[in-house]
Amino acid sequence: MENEMTCKELVELVTEYLEGTLPEDARRRMENHLLGCDGCTNYLEQMRQTIRLMGQLREENLTSEQRDDLLRLFHDWKKN
Amino acid sequence: MDAKLDEITLLNLLRQRDEMAFTQLVEQYHSSLVRLAHIYVQDTTIAEEMAQETWLAVLHGLDRFEGRSSLKTWIFTILTNKAKTRSQRENRTLSYTDLEESVEAERAVDPKRFKDPSADKNPGHWAAPPDSWSSIPEDRFLSEETMNLIRETIDGLPENQRLVITLHDRDELSAQEICNILGISETNQRVLLHRARAQVRHALEDYLQAEF
Repeated sequence: MENEMTCKELVELVTEYLEGTLPEDARRRMENHLLGCDGCTNYLEQMRQTIRLMGQLREENLTSEQRDDLLRLFHDWKKN
Repeated sequence: MDAKLDEITLLNLLRQRDEMAFTQLVEQYHSSLVRLAHIYVQDTTIAEEMAQETWLAVLHGLDRFEGRSSLKTWIFTILTNKAKTRSQRENRTLSYTDLEESVEAERAVDPKRFKDPSADKNPGHWAAPPDSWSSIPEDRFLSEETMNLIRETIDGLPENQRLVITLHDRDELSAQEICNILGISETNQRVLLHRARAQVRHALEDYLQAEF
């Protein structure tokens, strides 16, 4: 008989779950738990949002100075 | 601008000393490289220099690059190798084992938010469950203020967690690529990512709490 997974245990498995590296058995127990637990469902959803937002952090555009430096470097290399 | 060229095309063009190909690569990765370097060194100018040195090494190493890793991984590895050498020289050696210990002790969520193990009903279940964020409007999430909070939280993380979460969730490299770039085990990578993400989520939760 499987032990029921607690919320406290579940939150420690979220990364493995989202990365797809959680073993099949644990994944099944986790999904069973999620079916009946709003708190953990919200936690998982918050984590998904967090990851999504980190991917949206805007990249700084290159300054013209940076671009000039890098192109100079490229042209020096090209000459040799 | 035209659609981005794939890596193999880029590599071939680069070997023919094509400036457009170089410009595209630089646009794609230079900011990431500077940011990564900045995790290792405090000084912005030095971080910029390190990224430049990386590009120079990339250009000079092009003919030797055998494509066993992706071009992106190769470029990032050159940078981290330079950064490690430099921080060793400056006696600022990153100690993965030290950090691993402190990391092990941390929990993803404050234990106080769960019912006590001795509780009569549902020990280990939420005492203070997280709220749903589904009613929060998208522009609140994407606001400059929220983005800054995320950025600052990442900046405040221990060095190794910062490296892993930056490479994984900002630069979108795979776990395997990150292990190769940083020279850490897959388990360690996952533990660091787990702790880092938990802290960013926690900071966001605290911050967005005002919504409810």
